[in-house]
Amino acid sequence: MDNLFEEQEKSFETKQLTISLGPQHPATHGVLRLDLLLDGETVVKCTPYVGYLHRGVEKLGETKTYFAALPLSDRLDYISSMNNNVGYVNAVEKLFGIEAPERAKFIRTMVAEMGRLSSHIIWLGTHVLDIGATTPFLLAMASREKILDLFEILCGARLTVSYPRVGGVRNDVTQEFLDRLYEYVLEFPARMDDYETLVTENRIWKDRTVDIGIISAEEAVNWGLTGGTLRGSGVDYDVRRYAPYDAYDKVEFDVPVGVKGDCYDRYLVRIGEMRQANRIIKQCIEKLPAGPILADAPKFTLPPKDLILKDMEHLIHQFILITKGPTVPEGEVYVGTEVPKGELGFYFVSDGTGKPYRMRVRAPSFVHASVMPRLCEGGLIADVIANIGTIDIVLGECDR
Amino acid sequence: MGLITSPASLTLVEADDGTKIMNPNIVITSFDKIINWARVSSLWPMTFGLACCAIEMMAVYASHNDLDRMGIIPRGSPRQSDFMFVAGTVTKKMSEVVRRVYDQMPEPRYVISVGSCANSGGIFNSYSTVQGCDTFLPIDVYIPGCPPRPEAFIDGIIKLQEKMRAEHFHWSRWR
Repeated sequence: MDNLFEEQEKSFETKQLTISLGPQHPATHGVLRLDLLLDGETVVKCTPYVGYLHRGVEKLGETKTYFAALPLSDRLDYISSMNNNVGYVNAVEKLFGIEAPERAKFIRTMVAEMGRLSSHIIWLGTHVLDIGATTPFLLAMASREKILDLFEILCGARLTVSYPRVGGVRNDVTQEFLDRLYEYVLEFPARMDDYETLVTENRIWKDRTVDIGIISAEEAVNWGLTGGTLRGSGVDYDVRRYAPYDAYDKVEFDVPVGVKGDCYDRYLVRIGEMRQANRIIKQCIEKLPAGPILADAPKFTLPPKDLILKDMEHLIHQFILITKGPTVPEGEVYVGTEVPKGELGFYFVSDGTGKPYRMRVRAPSFVHASVMPRLCEGGLIADVIANIGTIDIVLGECDR
Repeated sequence: MGLITSPASLTLVEADDGTKIMNPNIVITSFDKIINWARVSSLWPMTFGLACCAIEMMAVYASHNDLDRMGIIPRGSPRQSDFMFVAGTVTKKMSEVVRRVYDQMPEPRYVISVGSCANSGGIFNSYSTVQGCDTFLPIDVYIPGCPPRPEAFIDGIIKLQEKMRAEHFHWSRWR
């Protein structure tokens, strides 16, 4: 019998197979395309192709004033628009040399963490769905709807919010919003327990994620990974901690880190981040100071709407700011902020006019998409899906 | 369905939509109506997200807005789907892929264009984006919004269903 098998193996020719995963595959989280060279079920070579959602955001940013380019940042990482807005306005504020008042900073921190929650909830739902569990997806989306309802109370929009403004925020929070948010914050840990009961110790889940896509701390740093993907490898790096912006230096939070750097560790890190985000929101509501919500810098901030409608001077002032843009000091500025995907950086070069000479976006998803070959090669094809989910990329941000 | 020579004791009852119902569960209707009714009640969209609108599309499928109650279940293959959402910005690089997915769908097929970007290019009036996916696809329903709310999605689907219900003999031309 043994001879028979050996002979069969000799006469059995195998050949490598190239398949294209995406750009319309339901598990690639958007329009990522991977060219996979397969030997049986093993991935020999993996080549990511990006650019299917290249919308020219950076070039469009150069054609708009600093105020008008804010909605473009919404559509970078469209799952967590609020965090992108906060990153954008922080960079522009640094360029202008103004600072938002304390209340606005707290509000921004609060809404940014809400954005982080909603993004991580979507990540949890889709990642788990890709690996085969439907129930957590439905539970997670129900929970996310509540955050979107709160955004709607806050500013009228669900997804693309454009709520922060250069020098503050658009409008003040209402008491109803704060009450309902506090209610949500109090019940959130129980929701998290629900998800964790379904997923964390699930045997199938552990089989699919433990020891899959391991990347060591040193390699992760060398690849330029940031955010949860980096912290999963055990590197304690969080922009909120090391270069605090807004009110992050006034709230307490922990930075969860992993040990091994596999898919399961990255999962645990993000789960921990959700609990910490909840903690930050709670502190922000409790510590929210009174005061103005827009910086007192008339050269750089739009005048209040009620004054524009009543007063000629303010109307003219607003007209000039909207059409020509503010007179901005020359120079260049880079500000990195911690968005749910990693470090999102905005880099502006100003030539003194109302529009940026160059707007560059440092997108974490782009860097994370480039690490796909490192994670996938040598693994099985089923693990490619686990890896795509775990690096948490959004193609709108990756392709810009 | 042939003619039914009804005895005098069998009386026809007129239903709301004009079909005539006989008492012992006999329905007289036209092929158009019965087939369109079947098609409308179980629409399978192609699972195909492009950009921001795809996130709202997910929200429509998921628990809160639940499209399953309308018989709508996302289908991963264009070969087995009835209609397609073009949900998001269509770039020039992506446009041939979108067209190819559309070509793979069997007739009768429908396309719903979702959001400002797919309708007209939206705020992305740049070198790399297609200014409206109707430049290379036949669109049945346009849903405005950036992104549209889930209610708008459902409204768009209802509009598509109305269109399908009014179709005459379209079902006989499938391949």
